[in-house]
Amino acid sequence: MTVWTAVLVSSAIAFGLKLVGYLVPARWTRHPRVATTSALLPACLLAALVVVQTFTQGHHLTLDARAVGLAAAAVALVLRAPFLVVVIVAAAAAAATRALGWG
Amino acid sequence: MTISGRGELTDQQRAVRRQSLSVAGATSVYGISLGALGVSSGLTVWQTCLTSLLLFSGGSQFALVGVIGGGGSAASAIAASSLLSVRNAFYAVQLNALLRPRGLRRVPAAQITIDESTAVAVAQPEVGLARQGFWTTGVAIYVCWNLMTLVGALAGNALGNPKNYGLDAAASGAFLALLWPRLKDRRTVAMAIAAALVAAALVPAIPVGLPVVAAAGVAILVGATGPQPMPPAVDEEASS
Repeated sequence: MTVWTAVLVSSAIAFGLKLVGYLVPARWTRHPRVATTSALLPACLLAALVVVQTFTQGHHLTLDARAVGLAAAAVALVLRAPFLVVVIVAAAAAAATRALGWG
Repeated sequence: MTISGRGELTDQQRAVRRQSLSVAGATSVYGISLGALGVSSGLTVWQTCLTSLLLFSGGSQFALVGVIGGGGSAASAIAASSLLSVRNAFYAVQLNALLRPRGLRRVPAAQITIDESTAVAVAQPEVGLARQGFWTTGVAIYVCWNLMTLVGALAGNALGNPKNYGLDAAASGAFLALLWPRLKDRRTVAMAIAAALVAAALVPAIPVGLPVVAAAGVAILVGATGPQPMPPAVDEEASS
């Protein structure tokens, strides 16, 4: 039930945000501070998601095989690997680390 | 450059189609990872597929399944997903001014307003090509992304314990890969680091999922109060 709520409400909000952009007068959104904030928002959220997904377990900060996966992903990105390769490299590095008995 | 007959594409239109389809192909493949992560985070195959059918914004979908997979509440999953969707509203404003879709066409246009369709549209030299690029990219991604999500969800379901395959680290890699192209200037890098530290500091203290939302506060705070990257337009004042 909770998951259904999250999926459906998020979907409704996402569509509403897209549609509202086609309906509001353009001048409302031209304020430079609005533009700056909307440009910074995705980077901040994604950085926080990286940290939470990689270094936390519930309420605890942890260091385990996921950190190895993230490091491998960073190397792949530096080498300009495409998205899917980055994701697979991260998964493989973490799985290998666990197979070796850590994290 | 040749003038084409009815039903034939000009060289420019062919170039736009090629660009649209290659962007769509590259993007859609990672729908597989979204599908697999969705089911490993505790969503059903059907729920995972619905995020692609309805929500249809990669970053927001990854955020939603990431927060749910981490044990966060529905409210924090909704907040993280929706805050990441805000940029689509700004794309829509740009596209509305550029493409001027009319009436009910704005409904499907809104649904396919995402990073990639916007990027292809605004890169075109004239409005006809922009329109073609937007619709071709958006519709192609919508179809392929949904198919790939289903493939990933079914595969993820068949795999068993996601940790054995490092799927939790795959989510870390996915977020980093989504973040990477945004780190173009020093200010954004500094902001991203600050947001990461804020989130890490808050993890022990506040409910699961909310540290990500709090990190958005960093962006809002700096966007609202910090120095502006470009001076605001002051034409009237300057000329008077």
